[in-house]
Amino acid sequence: MIGLSHYLIISAALFSLGIMGVLTRKNAVNVLMGVELILNSANINLVAFSKYSSGNISGQIFAIFIIVVAAAEAAVALAIVLSMYRIIKTVNLDRADTLKG
Amino acid sequence: MDNNLLAQIVFYFFAALTVGSAAVVVFAKSLIRSVFALLFTFFGVAALYAFLGADFLAATQMVIYVGGILVLLLFGVMLTHKLYDLNLKSERYQVLPAIVVVLGIFFLLAGYVLRTRWHAGGQSPDAPTTAAIGELFMKDYILPFEVASILLLIALIGAAMIVRRRSE
Repeated sequence: MIGLSHYLIISAALFSLGIMGVLTRKNAVNVLMGVELILNSANINLVAFSKYSSGNISGQIFAIFIIVVAAAEAAVALAIVLSMYRIIKTVNLDRADTLKG
Repeated sequence: MDNNLLAQIVFYFFAALTVGSAAVVVFAKSLIRSVFALLFTFFGVAALYAFLGADFLAATQMVIYVGGILVLLLFGVMLTHKLYDLNLKSERYQVLPAIVVVLGIFFLLAGYVLRTRWHAGGQSPDAPTTAAIGELFMKDYILPFEVASILLLIALIGAAMIVRRRSE
């Protein structure tokens, strides 16, 4: 029988893969994809607890708010990436070291 | 009983699709391949929502993530690379330390998930949720709802401000 822990394990795997993407990628767009994976894993957790543990649907409401924030975050982050590309001609995060002493 | 087995097979299929394509997102060399693997991850997550009885959320996931964020990411890839740059490789670094850290995080989380005795409250019945969600938004969560709409407006204006060409 499929229970709460199945969903939590899937969510933990997605979270770990997202962290992996954020840690290892040099391309800024790829790092953003890792962040989206992390947000999705949080959403799976919320919806799973909403079904198996709370008995009402408040968890789904929180998941919708997370989706809203993720959309806003993606738009602003891509705007930053585009303007970074315009200024330093690359999206390699190692090259964005203007503030480095 | 047979129905239950079928449900399990479908669940494990979508779980494998989600995690497998997320692995492709993280490990693929080509950027475009990463973006298209992300499509399958979002689709798998939407299927998991449907499994959890969250039909409205599954539809929202499809519309916003697949229709919105994924297209935005594709635009990001296309606009930040020269068009003749066909291979669009993404470099990786610190792979081995990252694998150690990530495996540590995963086994820590999985260990706690499996060891904890989760509070098993009333399992909510599988009913259409759209009407209930709309009612909650208009009654209990009216303030967060309005704040979220203002946040979206600010993000819209801010993103447009950041990327506009400065004319001086």
